[in-house]
Amino acid sequence: MSASSAEAHGHHYTTTGLDNRKIAIWAFIGSECMLFASLISTYLIYKGKSVVGPFPHTPWTDPSSGKVYPAILNIPVTSASTFVLLMSSLAMVLALAAVENKGKPLPPGSGWWDKALTSSKLWLWMTCLLGAGFLAFQAYEFTSFVHEGLTIRRNLFGSSFFTLTGFHGAHVTAGVIWLGTLLAIDYKRGLQPSDALNVDIAALYWHFVDVVWIAIFTLLYLIPD
Amino acid sequence: MDWLTTTDHKKIGTLYLHTSLFFFVLGGIEAILMRWQLMRPNGTVFTAEQFNQLFTMHGTTMVFLAVMPLSAAFFNYLIPLQIGARDVAFPRLNAFSYWVFVLGGIFITLPIFVWAAPDGGWFGYAPLSGRTYSPGPNMDFWVLGIQILGISSLAASFNFATTVINLRAPGMNMMRMPMFTWMSFVTQFLIILSFPVVTIALVFLQFDRFFGTTFYQISAGADPLLWQHLFWIFGHPEVYILILPAFGLVSEVLPTNSKKPLFGYPVMAYSGILIGFLGFGVWAHHMFAVGMGPIADTVFGLTTMLIAIPTGVKIFNWIFTMWGGSIRFTAAMKFAIALIAMFTIGGISGITHSSPPSDLQQTDTYYIVAHFHYVLFGGAIMGIFAGIYHYFPKMYGRKMNESLGTVHFWLNLIAMNLTFFPMHFSGMLGMPRRIYTYDAGQGWETFNMISTIGAFLLAPATLIFVYNFFRSKKHGEVAGPNPWDAPTLEWSIPSPPPEYNFAKIPMVSSRYPLWDLTHPERTSEIPHTQSGWEDAKHQTGEHDMAPMHIETETKTAKELGIPMPSSTIKPFFVALGIVLMFAGLVFLPKGMHIPAFALMFGGSAMWIGFLYAWLTTPLEDHH
Amino acid sequence: MSHENAHAEHYHPTWKEYKWVALILFLITVVEVAVYYIPGATSHAAFVPSLLIMSAVKFAIVVMYYMHLKYDHKLFRALFTGPLAVAIVTLIGLLFLFSKLAIRLAGRGA
Repeated sequence: MSASSAEAHGHHYTTTGLDNRKIAIWAFIGSECMLFASLISTYLIYKGKSVVGPFPHTPWTDPSSGKVYPAILNIPVTSASTFVLLMSSLAMVLALAAVENKGKPLPPGSGWWDKALTSSKLWLWMTCLLGAGFLAFQAYEFTSFVHEGLTIRRNLFGSSFFTLTGFHGAHVTAGVIWLGTLLAIDYKRGLQPSDALNVDIAALYWHFVDVVWIAIFTLLYLIPD
Repeated sequence: MDWLTTTDHKKIGTLYLHTSLFFFVLGGIEAILMRWQLMRPNGTVFTAEQFNQLFTMHGTTMVFLAVMPLSAAFFNYLIPLQIGARDVAFPRLNAFSYWVFVLGGIFITLPIFVWAAPDGGWFGYAPLSGRTYSPGPNMDFWVLGIQILGISSLAASFNFATTVINLRAPGMNMMRMPMFTWMSFVTQFLIILSFPVVTIALVFLQFDRFFGTTFYQISAGADPLLWQHLFWIFGHPEVYILILPAFGLVSEVLPTNSKKPLFGYPVMAYSGILIGFLGFGVWAHHMFAVGMGPIADTVFGLTTMLIAIPTGVKIFNWIFTMWGGSIRFTAAMKFAIALIAMFTIGGISGITHSSPPSDLQQTDTYYIVAHFHYVLFGGAIMGIFAGIYHYFPKMYGRKMNESLGTVHFWLNLIAMNLTFFPMHFSGMLGMPRRIYTYDAGQGWETFNMISTIGAFLLAPATLIFVYNFFRSKKHGEVAGPNPWDAPTLEWSIPSPPPEYNFAKIPMVSSRYPLWDLTHPERTSEIPHTQSGWEDAKHQTGEHDMAPMHIETETKTAKELGIPMPSSTIKPFFVALGIVLMFAGLVFLPKGMHIPAFALMFGGSAMWIGFLYAWLTTPLEDHH
Repeated sequence: MSHENAHAEHYHPTWKEYKWVALILFLITVVEVAVYYIPGATSHAAFVPSLLIMSAVKFAIVVMYYMHLKYDHKLFRALFTGPLAVAIVTLIGLLFLFSKLAIRLAGRGA
């Protein structure tokens, strides 16, 4: 029988008193900084270097056919999707708080809103749905760009744009799957305050993906050529 | 089966060691074949195409499949032992890293046996490595293979960084860590920060090759320097990834065999950090010849000169460590001293190309080949040999044969200098790198002949080592827990260590905890405190720990009640799934859509399924 | 490594703070997009710097509050800010190396 006091306390000894997984996820996020820096650098380096259109912020007339390609970026749609992703981060922190505070009695006189704040399922659902909403916007954006003549093969802008935003979208997709898994666990056995660390790690990843989008939104969409 | 499912860092370390020694021999054979071709002018042993494959695979093999995983073997084996831990932070991730490495290694190596290997150099310069100029599957293997190996290195780096931060024994604060652990720790951050960059550069190349994107297509307006910049932002930290662990190993061997503490320990640690940090600001010195302009040339020339300072500091500290010590010339010690000498030569020739005008004369000549073989063979490989001779008794409980070790050492040292020293001259006489043959009458014949003789002599040297290695496992002189009278934690436990490493986690009060017990006079000038002990007691009680002691425990983990991670096959299948997924892409340009998609979807399903199974299974059986 | 730090990580902000954080993020985004639509603003010299500052502020707010780095162990701060700094410096370095500025200076030198 193992009767070490470490197990009795439910954890192993660590030098810092912190959990290994949380250190690893921060190291991973540090690594991701370099990943997205490389992608963003390439996009910016190739900005204005495409030899054929369409271009992000300015219309382009094809000299051979005379066809006019409008400026490709759709700022209103992307502003909306940016808003959706920002709100998903809010839902995410509320989900984490709900898991951390699970089981704590509500103070007397609490209204429906205070009660809603205690539901981890609600906020995980919200986060997943908002994340999926962001992906839906991206799917719409990608298909409409392709219809307007911008493919990943078309020019440097297309290659670097679809790769950068596609990488970000893949990160969002992974995050939605991750959060969906947590949600499934919540339905299966209920997430407890002892699970808070698992939710926290997923949340750190999720917010990081949001933060990357904050940079992308400004650098790609709002700053013109 | 036991080896397929193990999560024990020591077993994984041994696996890394054997696999990478195999690849080291393979990379060495490729080198010897090249030297055979270049022995005389107008050599006809190999065609130009075959020669391209040989030098590409020699570089790729030595960097990614030999030196890096040899270092990883020591990370695995030593880091937990040196910091007083029972395993790494994520034992299953560790197994995963190994399996990705070995499967990726097989993937990238197999094509050489049918002369279909990558042929665009280990640096894979785009657009040369793009579909237009490299239409065959050769570079597909390279771009996918390096991507796979990157996954292995990144997974391992998160693991070891976390291990060093979080699994140090009570009292083992940062400034008490053995220097090998310190240098490995810096290395992990170099991997964490540099590999994502090459991952992206490779993604672009993959997309260009497989999906027709335009990242490296000059006709579409692409900049031919993009790949070079991205690659060297990774590539320069990579050379420190190769050398720092070897620096760490000799920093263990030298004090032990000089019977003195390491000279200037804090400066050694800080200069390691500084090398790591500056390593990210020198990348463009690989590109002086492309014409980046005076500002970039000046900045990168200066940072390159700067980085020589912390490296020089290390050289002097090692010399001062030996100064006044009573030196014992074990085989390991000889290799460690050889590292100091050989690396200094390579370091000095390195400084000669930190100045752009001077570099323009040297770039792409054999002078560069001479330089980086002095730092990589003379540095990294010498350090790794020192580490193997030194730590073999810990791994197998027996010493390697010292006489054979001495023969190996001298033959290796002489052969190495015969091979690489003449390259300084052939390079200065203008012999370009990577040419498969050359005309007579340019003054290169003698130097090439000497280089080839040296390379041929490296083969018997390595054979002697391999023989010694395998023979000593069974017949070597039995070593006790601490055959070299060394000062650090890994020597306070039996050789080979039990599966749990430490029956009681040692509570450390100085930098050389074992010498505190055996040779207190050697550590009298080093601060001794019990910092960190209180926190440890506060966390878990003292139950599992004991003040610094020598362990002779031979009980099993079960008898001692130590929870051990259970064996699992899942990391292997996750790794296999990932490699199959990448392998599917190779069939795509051939129009073989059925095997391509079968492998890609099958592989993806495999790794995702096994990853879920892995993450939902607890690490330890709770009995 | 000290006790205070180990315990400090348990403090997380609550709804009271989160709603303000969300509101500020929302408002900054509104301002960013609004500025983009002011006629002539995009060609103003202050346009790009002001957008960069606004997005940096958003970035910092999310990292400090939502990723609770402000309240967490200093180790995590180091693990994030170190790589972020290397990433930003590398990005700026690359942009300089590929910029017209570097090329123009190269021309003058030659």
